[in-house]
Amino acid sequence: MTFRDILASIYTNYVFRRFLFFLLIIWIASTAIFLIPRLSGQDPVKEKLLLEAQRGGHMQAGLEEMAAEYSRKFGLDKPLIVQYGNYMADLVRFDFGPSIAYFPKSVNSLIGDSVIWTFGLLAVCTFIAFFVGTIAGALLGWPKSPNFLQYIFMPILTLAAIPYYLLALVLIYIFAFNLDWFPLFGGYAVATLPEWSFRFTFDVIHHAILPASSIVLASLGFWALGMRGMMVTNQGEDFMIAAEAKGLRSIRLFFNYAVRNAVLPQTTALALSLGTVFTGSVLVEVIFRYPGLGNTLYQAIKLNDFFVIRGMIFIVIVTLGLATFIIDVTYPLLDPRVSYKKGS
Amino acid sequence: MATATTKVTKDLTKKSFKRRLEDFARYIRRNPSLGVGIALLASLLLFVVIGYATYEVERFRPLSGGPDLAPFESDPYNPGTRDGGYILGTDRQGRDVMSVMIAGIPLTLQIGLIAGLIGISVGTVLAFIAAYYGGWVDQVISTIVDVGLTIPGILILIVIAVNIQSGLSVQQMGLAVSAVAWVWPARTIRAQVLVMREQLYVEIARLSGTSGFSIMFKEMLPNLAPYIGASLVGSVASAILASVGLEALGLGPFDSPTLGMTIYWNIQFSSILHGMWWWFGPPILVLAMIFVGLFLITAGLDEWSNPRLRKRV
Repeated sequence: MTFRDILASIYTNYVFRRFLFFLLIIWIASTAIFLIPRLSGQDPVKEKLLLEAQRGGHMQAGLEEMAAEYSRKFGLDKPLIVQYGNYMADLVRFDFGPSIAYFPKSVNSLIGDSVIWTFGLLAVCTFIAFFVGTIAGALLGWPKSPNFLQYIFMPILTLAAIPYYLLALVLIYIFAFNLDWFPLFGGYAVATLPEWSFRFTFDVIHHAILPASSIVLASLGFWALGMRGMMVTNQGEDFMIAAEAKGLRSIRLFFNYAVRNAVLPQTTALALSLGTVFTGSVLVEVIFRYPGLGNTLYQAIKLNDFFVIRGMIFIVIVTLGLATFIIDVTYPLLDPRVSYKKGS
Repeated sequence: MATATTKVTKDLTKKSFKRRLEDFARYIRRNPSLGVGIALLASLLLFVVIGYATYEVERFRPLSGGPDLAPFESDPYNPGTRDGGYILGTDRQGRDVMSVMIAGIPLTLQIGLIAGLIGISVGTVLAFIAAYYGGWVDQVISTIVDVGLTIPGILILIVIAVNIQSGLSVQQMGLAVSAVAWVWPARTIRAQVLVMREQLYVEIARLSGTSGFSIMFKEMLPNLAPYIGASLVGSVASAILASVGLEALGLGPFDSPTLGMTIYWNIQFSSILHGMWWWFGPPILVLAMIFVGLFLITAGLDEWSNPRLRKRV
């Protein structure tokens, strides 16, 4: 085997190609984030600094320091390509600079404070929605399941069309404002400090139920619809007919044949849905004033804190790209028909 | 003799418009989701038309009435004239909520239509170019589309909107959203063209020396029209979703009473904590009707254009 053969085999390797794709996502996204402000001809950072300078007040102290940092960072006198290089070098080191509104707090620490809330909320919600939605879809797409299921699940399927935050507004009005079963906002009670105690954990769960339900209810339908479609498609396949002809019991047909094959595309859909779930949950967090990434992003938009917006969007895209990569790479383990070796 | 055969084949392949309409009506009866979806949107449009004809829509502007008035609560700021109050009350800044709804529905639909139409046109052209030419052209386009699918469009839209800021208009909002609206159509239509390219009539057209351009636009495009129509509804829906999301985040046209801006003002002034149901209720209801309506129409059209899905509803 020559060196060239080895190179060729690495290039055709599935994992390697997926990794290249992951890098490409990050490169295209970060380039877009770099170019868009320059295309618009406006400079949100400078405008924000000028605004703060005019206003004076508490920002005054960090202003000069910040302006220096700002011109050093972007080297505005240098050509575009150098600016681009500097920007990329910063991104590679995950250095997003300081927050403008909360100077000298860094973008990273702002994101670090809130990431755990969003991660916890979304991980639990996605798991529940995936699990329940897939089961519902499997039952809906199975010809032998009782008819009344259609009437129970159909309204839930239509909820798939409604954005999470509209549902959040309705839930908060009914269950928090009118019935007073759940708190109106926040991730934990106002007077407490985060700690690892039984009471605090219970408080966090109590606060999370409403935001979580709005995300789960609104995303159930997506999973149910996808699963139902796959179940219906599988119905006419040869392996289903063969299994039925063998006289296998219904329950075995359902789980080992129909569901086993229909659930595979659901896992690829999982990769694509992560982005939707995150962006959908941004406004849910805003509405519940949940202390997660979405709320931080909203505050940053309101304060025109461009570094925070940029850093957060970059981190979210890297996370999504990474999740997609992991799902893509593990997919052949679930579905032997997709092989590692051949290029897509 | 020869002309007679062509005439017969023409009659067989081309149904009259009336016949198509009858087919469609029969299909709606069999596939209620399409009918319900169209009915939902039609009722909203009817509401807008009647509203513009009979109601003072100009009161969508702030300070048109007293703030925070419940429905039919008399307006202390306009004594004598507005003792009966307003049908849906007013918001914190004195907009008449009823006027906001009448003015807002067409604006929001307009954003969706602009972005959806641009998105589907660009997506279709890219899909045809990629699928027909194949090779490295396809590789480049498909890779960009795959990347675009992984990056949530709204994040890119946030960066765009944060940078424009100097008061977007409704049309600019539509244009901005169209920047990410072409990705999904490009992907799905490309898959359809790939399947279609292998079909016999395309093969025959190619063998008989028809040019690539006219195969694409004279043979394949008409056959894909129902599918493209169904995806248009879908992309209008996702464009509206994106625009309402941006607006609710405070990145929309501030002086236009779109539905998303109404949601934004609701969040901004915590209308729920004040129990102002007449303010947050209508935009939620109308947006739900738009989204569910478009969703049902997409589902219905999908089945119509792709009969394999018809087995079971």
